[in-house]
Amino acid sequence: MGGSLPAEEDVLSGNSSAEDKYKAWMRHRYNDCVECLSELLGHDSFRVKESSLCTLMKFVELEAECPLVAEQWKGSIAFPHHLLKVVVNGLIPIHEDASLLISRFQEYMEFDDVRYFVMKAVTESIGQVMQKTKERPLPFYQQNVFSLISSINMPNKERDMVKFMVKQDKREEWKVSKLQTHKQAFERMWLTFLKYQLPSGLYKKVLVILHDSILPHMNEPTLMIDFLTVAYGVGGAISLLALNGLFILIHQHNLEYPDFYKKLYSLLDPSIYHVKYRARFFHLADLFLSSSHLPAYLVAAFIKRLSRLALTAPPEALLMVIPFICNLFRRHPACKVLMHRPNGPQDLSEDPYIMEQEEPSESRALESSVWEIQSLQNHYHPDVAHAAAILKQSLSEIEDDISGLLELSASELFDKEIKKTSANVPLEFEQVRGLFGKKNDIFAEHFALD
Amino acid sequence: HRADHPTGSRRVSEASLAWPGGPHNPFEVKVNRQKFNILGRKTKNDVGLPGVSRSKAIKKRTQTLLKEYKEKEKTNVFKDKRFGEYNTKISPEEKMIKRFTLERQQNYGKKNIYNLNEDEELTHFGQSLAEIEKLNDIIDSDSDTDERGALSAELTAAHFGGGGGLLRKKASSEQEDEEEEKPKSRKELIEELIAKSKQEKQERQSRRESALELTEKLDNDWKEIQTLMARKPPKSERKDKEAEKPKPDEYDMIVRELGFEMKAKPSERMKTEEELAKEEEARLQKLEADRLRRMRGIDEQENKKKPSHVSADDLADGFILDKDDRRLLSYKDGKMNIENVEEEEDKEEEEDKEEEEEQEEEEGEKEDNENEEGEEESATEDEEDVASDNHSDLESDLESEEEAAGNKEQKKQKTNENESQNVEELDPKMEAAKSELPYTFAVPESYEKFKSLLAGRTVEQQLIILERIQKCNHPSLAVGNKTKLEKLFGFLLEYIGELATLDLPELKTIDKLILPLYNLCQMFPEAASGNIKFVLRDAAHEMEEVIEVKGRATFPGLDTLIYLKITSLLFPTSDFWHPVVTPAFIYMSQLLTKCRITTLQDVIKGLFICSLLLEYVSLSKRFVPELINFLLGVLHISLPKQQAQGEFVSINELRNFYISLSCSSLFCSFKTFMPSCARVLFFFCVLELPVTPFSTSLVLHFHLY
Repeated sequence: MGGSLPAEEDVLSGNSSAEDKYKAWMRHRYNDCVECLSELLGHDSFRVKESSLCTLMKFVELEAECPLVAEQWKGSIAFPHHLLKVVVNGLIPIHEDASLLISRFQEYMEFDDVRYFVMKAVTESIGQVMQKTKERPLPFYQQNVFSLISSINMPNKERDMVKFMVKQDKREEWKVSKLQTHKQAFERMWLTFLKYQLPSGLYKKVLVILHDSILPHMNEPTLMIDFLTVAYGVGGAISLLALNGLFILIHQHNLEYPDFYKKLYSLLDPSIYHVKYRARFFHLADLFLSSSHLPAYLVAAFIKRLSRLALTAPPEALLMVIPFICNLFRRHPACKVLMHRPNGPQDLSEDPYIMEQEEPSESRALESSVWEIQSLQNHYHPDVAHAAAILKQSLSEIEDDISGLLELSASELFDKEIKKTSANVPLEFEQVRGLFGKKNDIFAEHFALD
Repeated sequence: HRADHPTGSRRVSEASLAWPGGPHNPFEVKVNRQKFNILGRKTKNDVGLPGVSRSKAIKKRTQTLLKEYKEKEKTNVFKDKRFGEYNTKISPEEKMIKRFTLERQQNYGKKNIYNLNEDEELTHFGQSLAEIEKLNDIIDSDSDTDERGALSAELTAAHFGGGGGLLRKKASSEQEDEEEEKPKSRKELIEELIAKSKQEKQERQSRRESALELTEKLDNDWKEIQTLMARKPPKSERKDKEAEKPKPDEYDMIVRELGFEMKAKPSERMKTEEELAKEEEARLQKLEADRLRRMRGIDEQENKKKPSHVSADDLADGFILDKDDRRLLSYKDGKMNIENVEEEEDKEEEEDKEEEEEQEEEEGEKEDNENEEGEEESATEDEEDVASDNHSDLESDLESEEEAAGNKEQKKQKTNENESQNVEELDPKMEAAKSELPYTFAVPESYEKFKSLLAGRTVEQQLIILERIQKCNHPSLAVGNKTKLEKLFGFLLEYIGELATLDLPELKTIDKLILPLYNLCQMFPEAASGNIKFVLRDAAHEMEEVIEVKGRATFPGLDTLIYLKITSLLFPTSDFWHPVVTPAFIYMSQLLTKCRITTLQDVIKGLFICSLLLEYVSLSKRFVPELINFLLGVLHISLPKQQAQGEFVSINELRNFYISLSCSSLFCSFKTFMPSCARVLFFFCVLELPVTPFSTSLVLHFHLY
């Protein structure tokens, strides 16, 4: 056996031996079978899909053991990547969601060589498919590709790579057994995937896993700079999420990002206290603002903006942001002028701070005061009022640990309050006269008992 | 190796020689290394013990340098010159004697000019004068009892020795005369005077005592006689006088009234309305001060330590017993403090009572009170009978009794008329049903029983039932009643919730049921707060679940809104922290932030919660960001779509405006702002008009003033 397979008619009409003819015929029947199975991967019933997937993978396994094509030169190892490509194409259909099948496929991804060739196949597939449908967005396709490639578990060390489907000798020299090659394939696959416009839901998902499971496995993480810079510029939640990846690049790969703090400053909008990624954002913001070499005007601008926005924040966010601001004061004592300005602005109209100013240096934050925090001393939640009352005392030297406060949720606050027990319960002493019977009752004005 | 070895061994041996105490702690030993071993040289200091030597040095210094240092610049020296103080060889007795002699020797020859007769003892007949003086006192006190005058023989004998045994035997009256004639010395005269006055005093005292004793005895005797007198003559007179004059003398009555008014103690008199009002005002002021303190939340800890003066149980007891107490007390006044009960008082009381009863009857508690009335009447009559035994003049009693009865009848007629009027106004059916109501109720064990108890009754009847349940099962009556009534609060709360969830919510009924709920809460604050907390927790958890499933919550039903309103009625919402109100706050703010507005009803519910929050903070003037956010959101969605980001009123401007409004001028403007904002929104919501930029700017202009 060996060599490329001639066409069926040629073999049958040709004058080769009967055995050769039979073998060639058999090979053609096998190919037909593979073709049928790949079509069945798009069947309606999941069980049919599943069993055809398993059969195909069994074929892959067998072909890897006894290759159909003889090694082209000595030392090379043949892997049935054509067959695997058929499987991969079946896994990422264009018009339907195949996440179930993909999760079934996970067990094969354990094999290092299978994973490698899947990555290559996916890269190829994305190139072909996206080229063909240039303008039209393909949400299902991209979703499928994402669920396939996001589940790839890259090995951390070369030593971990021991599980191969190909059971042949001379594996050590095979390039597939090198981590470097894997990383290269991984990197190329992601870059190809991210080259095309993504729907915003998918965009966020990519950004969420980016810092954790993509960047560490790339040969050249700096290649992600473009993608992250664009994402950072989008605004809103996507910018918040891009921050994490950018941080890694800045921190570990010497990325110099111009106007980073200005950008960060502009990210502070009313939604930051309400979004899901609040904890992540403030964790990073804490890191960025931990440097003591930042100019005072910049920190003051951050303090002012955070405290201004705190006026519309829910209590769980307030409980976190007040210690956060206090930490900023501790790190940058030059900003403490904001805390004590006896004849300073008491009002929004008198406040010299310009909220709309994009440039922190021109926001005149240092001339202002944190009257916002002072107003929060009248917050209805006792804990918040307590926290805000810290302005009345002198600030201690030790920073507050806010890591425990980052994940605080409203329901936690509620449970905490409702579980508190107290010996005596103060009662209303004003005698009631009915549901809306109190004097000066607001309800009597607006609501009627009908 | 060979070279080192001997030195090493020598070191060890030396060390052990120098300090035979044994091997030393290696950390306390300092080894001075020698660079070269020189044969034949004796090494002394190759091993040092810094710790030991330092302590030695310190000890030495304390004995020498420290002493010197302490005595530095001190020239005075304390010298003990006492004889043989530190000499142990001499026995203490010897020391004493020696010291005494020394002292005498020192003083010998010196004359103290102020000490006239230091050691001379004055004697008289061989007795020391000091002793006589002591005796003198005793005799003086003895002589008080026998009345022999100031200058009795004994006394003079004691004073002046009586002139000696011989002299006395001779001397009879002559001697006395002689003595009298003898000019007395000044001292004698003074002593005589003193003795006299003392005696007089004594006599006076004894006279007073005996007089007191006599009067007491007289009193007792008279009392015995008095009872005899009091019982008999009036009975005989009564019959006569009954026939003679049925009219009591007006003058008599007034006199007696005046007499009793005198006897009534001012502390027990009935308080006037003004005083009551004042007291009430003071109480309210105190409560208000308490509330303010709690609002500021300053001394939470202190507050916890001392029980607040509004102990709920006290208040509850007072609440129910107030009326009864007052009535009973006046009865007791009449009977216990004053021996003979005056009918006029009773009459007044009865009138009072009837007035009260009338009021109660107006409230719709007819049968119950009539019953009570009957009982009370019989009780008063009994008392009167008992009391009449003690009366000196009963005719007026009887008359006044009759009068009282007459009054009563009149009153009754009046009240009956009132009732009949009331009844005419009311439904005759209801009247029938009312009469069926039993007077005593057991506290229902379960909510179903409670519901069946109230089912089919009118609101008034339900109120009566609740009141009777409370009265019949007052915690002061039996032990288990407290827990039973505590349950009642939960049932009532549930019942109210059920009324609110009906297709046509019976808000009027709920409105009426608030009062018993409030009373129960005043009685059992712990149970009430527990129940409401339970309701709140359920509601919050339900919302949490909905958020988990759907991603966003929906506004709760009317029952939850009513519960939140009830919370504000039962508990002070201005407290800095309150076990019930604070969770309610958090729950409401969550509702405002997490609930999706899909229908007009949602907007109204949201605005209801806004008004609730406003009411909660109306006293404490606290800041609620969620409220502003919500109103903003409502304004935002009510803007027409194409103008939502339009140039006229940008949403950011609005936000800033609200923020400045709510924070800077601290809520006074905000307080007026919110209701009118809500009103405008209502207007638009109800008419389903789009809120145009024009209208919002109208709102803004309206409030910039």
